[in-house]
Amino acid sequence: MTRQAISNPLHADEGADNGAPPPQINAPRHRRQLRIPPDVAQRIVVGGLWAIAMSAVAVLLFIIVFIMVKGLPHVTPEFLLQAPAKGGRLGGVSPMIFGTIAVAGLAVLIAGPIGVITAIYLTEYTRESKLTAFIRFGADCLAGIPSIIFGLFGFVFFADTLGLGISIISGALTLALMVLPTIIRTSEEAIRAVPAAFRDVSFGLGSTRWQMVTRVVLRSALPGIGTGIVLSIGRSISETAALMLTSGMVARHPSSVFDSARTLALHFFTLSREGISMPKAYATAAVLVLAILMINLLAYWFMRRFIARVR
Amino acid sequence: MRASQGMPKRSPLGAWLDRKQDLFISSILLVVALSAISGLVVITAFIFKEGLPIMLQVGVGKFVSSSDWYPAEGHFGIFPMIMGSLAVTAGALVIGGVLGLGCAVVLTQFCPRWAVSILKPSIELLAGIPSVVYGFIGVVILVPMIRVHLGGPGLSVLASSIVLGIMMLPTVTSISVDALQAVPKAYRDGSIALGATHWQTTRMVILKASRSGLVAAMILGMGRAVGETMAVIMVAGNTLDVPDSILAPVRTLTSNIALEMGYAAGDHRKALFATGVVLFVIIMILNTIALTVSRRRSRRKSGA
Amino acid sequence: MMSANNEMHKVDHIRCSHVGEHCATSPGPAKIVVRDFHAGFGETQVLRNVSLDIYPCQRLAIIGPAGGGKTTFLRSLNRLNSLEHDFRHSGSILLDGQDIFASNVDVARIRRRVGMLYAVPIPLPLSIYENLTYGPRLAGIRDRHRLDELVETSLKSAILWDEVKDRLREPAHNLSGGQQQRMCLARVLALEPEVLLLDEPCSGLDPISTAKIEDALDELKSRYTVVLVTNNTKQAARASERTAFFLMGEMIECGPTAVIFTNPRHGRTSDYITGHFG
Ligand SMILES: Nc1ncnc2c1ncn2[C@@H]1O[C@H](COP(=O)(O)OP(=O)(O)OP(=O)(O)O)[C@@H](O)[C@H]1O
Ligand SMILES: [Mg+2]
Repeated sequence: MTRQAISNPLHADEGADNGAPPPQINAPRHRRQLRIPPDVAQRIVVGGLWAIAMSAVAVLLFIIVFIMVKGLPHVTPEFLLQAPAKGGRLGGVSPMIFGTIAVAGLAVLIAGPIGVITAIYLTEYTRESKLTAFIRFGADCLAGIPSIIFGLFGFVFFADTLGLGISIISGALTLALMVLPTIIRTSEEAIRAVPAAFRDVSFGLGSTRWQMVTRVVLRSALPGIGTGIVLSIGRSISETAALMLTSGMVARHPSSVFDSARTLALHFFTLSREGISMPKAYATAAVLVLAILMINLLAYWFMRRFIARVR
Repeated sequence: MRASQGMPKRSPLGAWLDRKQDLFISSILLVVALSAISGLVVITAFIFKEGLPIMLQVGVGKFVSSSDWYPAEGHFGIFPMIMGSLAVTAGALVIGGVLGLGCAVVLTQFCPRWAVSILKPSIELLAGIPSVVYGFIGVVILVPMIRVHLGGPGLSVLASSIVLGIMMLPTVTSISVDALQAVPKAYRDGSIALGATHWQTTRMVILKASRSGLVAAMILGMGRAVGETMAVIMVAGNTLDVPDSILAPVRTLTSNIALEMGYAAGDHRKALFATGVVLFVIIMILNTIALTVSRRRSRRKSGA
Repeated sequence: MMSANNEMHKVDHIRCSHVGEHCATSPGPAKIVVRDFHAGFGETQVLRNVSLDIYPCQRLAIIGPAGGGKTTFLRSLNRLNSLEHDFRHSGSILLDGQDIFASNVDVARIRRRVGMLYAVPIPLPLSIYENLTYGPRLAGIRDRHRLDELVETSLKSAILWDEVKDRLREPAHNLSGGQQQRMCLARVLALEPEVLLLDEPCSGLDPISTAKIEDALDELKSRYTVVLVTNNTKQAARASERTAFFLMGEMIECGPTAVIFTNPRHGRTSDYITGHFG
């Protein structure tokens, strides 16, 4: 029995799963002794798990270091301030930086208020009901839709049906829909984290619900809401598939929100995929990754402030 | 003298408005909330409106089961893309599932505080890296490696699976962490008190108790992988054949749309929308499964 | 214990000599009249058939074991309970003759007239100054001088002015627990309410902070109607003119504090007071 269990761990495992319940409380230890001792198994498994976790960190570090090492030397002031020339082989990325800021900023300006208001409604102005379940379900579904579908939708709806054209505003509206679930979810969590006692106090001092929401709840929840907004900006900056179909690929400085604008991420995609210029591609990637790093730092800072506030 | 008495008296209308204020504000907020969600309805409507007619014209069965994709001749069959999406998603699930769950277990069970403060932001940052950057790294590092060591063109199911697996890791991890943390601490303490090792406790008690949440995490991670576009375009090779090995190149549903949308017109464009319809349906099925699985869990929790 | 009881007897005599028999002897008409008041949340009935008069410029202590509905009663007096979606009630509560549950009352105004202090200090995440002016601003007071004046007088009434007059712009949570509770008292006083509801205001405080709060209340009793819920029977004896005993949702008896503590009509009241309860 002992020998069989050792030579055939698979069989032994089956036995353990289907076997009769152990007769005594401390039986597991006794039973496991027949195979790999539990403390050894523990050490092996924990070692493996740590290797997995460390490999995730390693991948992240590798990506960042690789892009920075290859790209940063090419990130010069001219690169940041000049327009691209010869399809991106020469020049810089200033129209793309501008376009990225315009599209992402506009998207968050649109989605921010709508998302926060939805969160306020869900948390402060209603109780759990079929309606709130429906709204949450809708937000969850929206969050799961792939960006290329958003792109298709923005293309037919905003650009075509509404006649906004392939433009910054079409891209921003599409992105706004994409980041809305994130903003709703994070705002809701931030608002729920505000101690319930603040509400009692505010009402007790003669406030209306709206006054309570704006003067106490939002004020405390603001850094938490900020985290969600900053992460949404990050998501907007990273987005490519949806913007390819809505805000387009024109590599010029846009003159209004109805102009097409190529974002940094799309520019990077074009440069690397079409093999136009590897140095410029690396440099663009470096700018992109730096922006994402800074945004995540900002989100982290907001988070710390939020925790300090609702502590 | 007292503030409350020194206040000017409100007009009857003003007082009535004051009393009804909650109701007014609440209705306005509700309208905004519903309009936010109406986006979902409009998206569904427009995608189907654009894509469904050509699907019906070709025949839904033929559209999803035919391998002929010759848009210029009016042949629209997306079977290879469906298989391609399934193949890369399955591969990603193996890699991303193991990595994501492993990270979640480490984070919740075996991690000292200082390590949490490194691991957690790292995984969040991994979620923030643009997909084009993942695709790019895949092309310049992974694809040549596969080509040299394993053969084939390099651009392949395997390369896509690895890239997608890493990309879905943050999704799987964060949802799994929520599920694992929802297990009452008493379960764990009880098991440890009975003499089980930490790993035995994790395996027999914690993973078991949070099973449905972990399943939801995997399914939502799959949704991420099915829907990812740019990274896949860069590393998958995009040929129109059903892949016969993990080293063969593939085209997915998403890349089919993104690659051809730029120049498609007429029926071709509509067929790309129809591809979108198929993708949309797959995603909705995955989402619904994930939501019902995790809903069942939360109901059980609140019922207990 | 014995000697304390004797002490109370003496007090009782002095009081009774000029206050006379219980509820009938009220200084003027009641500020708040509660009649046949029932209240509950959803299916659970919390208060049953409570009838009680609360007189101006007197402190009413409410005592009774946990879960007896004291907090629920207090939160009914300023309609804070109405925020719970499943709160229901019957009977009436009149404030200066006006039914506070009538459909046309301005609830915010009721809450300004009937201010409340909670068991734990809850500073809003604002500066001390903003905490104190939160209520007055909502009431429509914009004038800076008036606000400054309100802050100063209410902080003085709460015996906190000297400790915080130089740090009004600091976040309120920098204060110590005892200071926070006095700031919360000052915050209510800045509303210039007519009635003060205090729900075990000293339960989390050390004896010195408790003494300061009690001193402040002593000063205030001449100007306010005070309802003080307390788990500390000694505090009730010290800091009230009248006492009501609540047990499992019913008001068992109410009368001058001295009478309740020395000669209660109900056995259960004396059991509770002497600690033989349960
Ligand atoms: N919002 C509510 N929903 C449902 N039941 C409630 C609610 N608030 C109070 N109760 C119930 O009402 C009863 C009385 O509670 P209350 O807080 O009024 O008692 P209390 O006398 O203040 O007790 P304590 O001395 O512990 O503060 C309790 O059984 C409580 O569970
Ligand atoms: Mg209480």
